[in-house]
Amino acid sequence: MKTDVLVIGAGAAGMAAALSAAKNGARVILTDRDERAGGILNQCIHNGFGLHYFKEELTGPEYAERFSTLLENYQITLLTDCHVHNVKPDRKAVLVSPKGVFEVETKSIVYTAGARERPFGTLMIPGDRPSGIFTAGVAQKYMNIENRIIGKRALILGSGDIGMIMARRLTLEGVEVVAVIERLPYSGGLLRNVIQCLEDYNIPLYLSSTVVEVRGKERLEEVVVAQVDNNYRPIPGTERIFKVDTLVLSVGLIPQVELLWGLVQLDPISKGVSCSNIGQSSSEWIFSAGNCTVVYDLVDYVTMEGEKAGKYAAHYAKGERFETGVPIEIGENVGVIFPRRYVSGEDLVLYIRSKKPIEGATLVVGNFERRFEDVMPSEMIRIKIPSQKIMGFERIVVSLKEE
Amino acid sequence: MDRIVCVQCPVGCKIKFEIVDGKIAKVEGNKCPRGLAYLEDELREPKRIVPTSVKIIGGNYPLVSVKTSAPIPKKYIPELMKKLRQIEINAPVKAGDIIVKNIFDTGVDIIATRTVSKNSQ
Ligand SMILES: Cc1cc2nc3c(=O)[nH]c(=O)nc-3n(C[C@H](O)[C@H](O)[C@H](O)COP(=O)(O)OP(=O)(O)OC[C@H]3O[C@@H](n4cnc5c(N)ncnc54)[C@H](O)[C@@H]3O)c2cc1C
Ligand code: SF4
Repeated sequence: MKTDVLVIGAGAAGMAAALSAAKNGARVILTDRDERAGGILNQCIHNGFGLHYFKEELTGPEYAERFSTLLENYQITLLTDCHVHNVKPDRKAVLVSPKGVFEVETKSIVYTAGARERPFGTLMIPGDRPSGIFTAGVAQKYMNIENRIIGKRALILGSGDIGMIMARRLTLEGVEVVAVIERLPYSGGLLRNVIQCLEDYNIPLYLSSTVVEVRGKERLEEVVVAQVDNNYRPIPGTERIFKVDTLVLSVGLIPQVELLWGLVQLDPISKGVSCSNIGQSSSEWIFSAGNCTVVYDLVDYVTMEGEKAGKYAAHYAKGERFETGVPIEIGENVGVIFPRRYVSGEDLVLYIRSKKPIEGATLVVGNFERRFEDVMPSEMIRIKIPSQKIMGFERIVVSLKEE
Repeated sequence: MDRIVCVQCPVGCKIKFEIVDGKIAKVEGNKCPRGLAYLEDELREPKRIVPTSVKIIGGNYPLVSVKTSAPIPKKYIPELMKKLRQIEINAPVKAGDIIVKNIFDTGVDIIATRTVSKNSQ
């Protein structure tokens, strides 16, 4: 098969990229290894999506459906159940589906493979290895898609949004959630979720605490929790035992990038595909967007970045070429930023996570300054920097100055 | 001034307010009018949108995700969950279809948030 633009992954980013590439006149193939388009949105049945993009609050499946019905109106070949196995430097990709293995020759790629969850094994928690330990996304898929109940009494490790949303979901389905455990001294997710997912259901949140041991022969029986010091080391003597049959882990997402190893540069901090502000990677024919570049809080932003990457991938396929741009660098108090290079022309849309909570911070980018009252690592800042404020810089440093 | 966080959308405005003689005398920090409505509800009768799912027979999914068409009083949530657990509907269902009309006489409907088509086998 031959195409102009091959989009890998049909989540929010991929659907947006495919649509915008098609609107810009390209022939598009959109692939996903799942049975349907939508990605993670399909299992996120809670509300909280689309407020910026659609100006109304939708659930994940509703947001996905709005886009997947649009796909039919354009020259887009959607291949579901179709895993991209390999991408080669000669601009060919090997696809695997139940119908067989085949090759696609393309002019450009938009890589939108999303993120995966950090698994239990990476946490190095001592103890037994019984059943009953799930990552939040897997638990969510079992409950919301497959109608399976995962246990009777659960403890949740990690107070990011996904962990808190799962705490509410489990409670509503009749599973007793005894507590949410968080290593940091503050919640890792949005305040609204602390209120509507935990406080509404009287689920306690233990801060500065972690799981130090799991016990159980076949099924999980006990989880040992201890308080941690400033260096996140457990404090001896503070252990508490929770008798639960289920442990749900919500300990972070990692951009999925394996398919592009050796082909593109990765961002050493976000671990995602390093891109310029037009979504172009270090390999000029590969564009990327969404959670495989940096982990976003809001799907609306994923959609907007997907649209941009799709548009430029289509222009590239038609023969247009772009500058590599000047580097965007991390300054004071900044944890993660996206993008990492600026191609002059458009205003720069920046996504920033602070390294720590700051009350009263001034964001400085080139000649641009903006004050923020409260900055939290769990709440990604999105800001548009006018091009004239960053014109002529050889490198653009982004910092959050404390008052 | 007292503070609450609006949960109506992910922006999560921190609303500062002052009550004088049982009335809201001063409000700031809400980025849209829904924040004020939320504050009023929160003081009188807290309400939430409830997203959950309902069993569906003969569909390409075993469940259809649903939500309340508007926030309902928090006190109804346990009862709502009990009621929805007893319901089984037949495929197909389109996103936006009403699954239960006017639940508990609140004027709020339970609507499908996903299209589930008939299982082809
Ligand atoms: C549990 C949870 C709750 C969230 N809650 C909210 C919320 O309330 N509000 C909000 O705005 N945002 C929320 N988000 C964030 C938002 O939903 C995500 O950031 C966004 O949907 C990610 O889209 P994506 O396209 O980058 O990735 P994904 O949706 O993960 O899509 C990636 C797709 O790529 C496919 N894929 C990967 N590799 C291959 C391959 N080799 N071949 C073929 N296909 C492949 C996968 O199957 C998948 O379908 C939430 C996220 C999570 C995880
Ligand atoms: S006040 Fe408006 S913008 Fe702010 S959180 Fe509430 S609904 Fe969202």
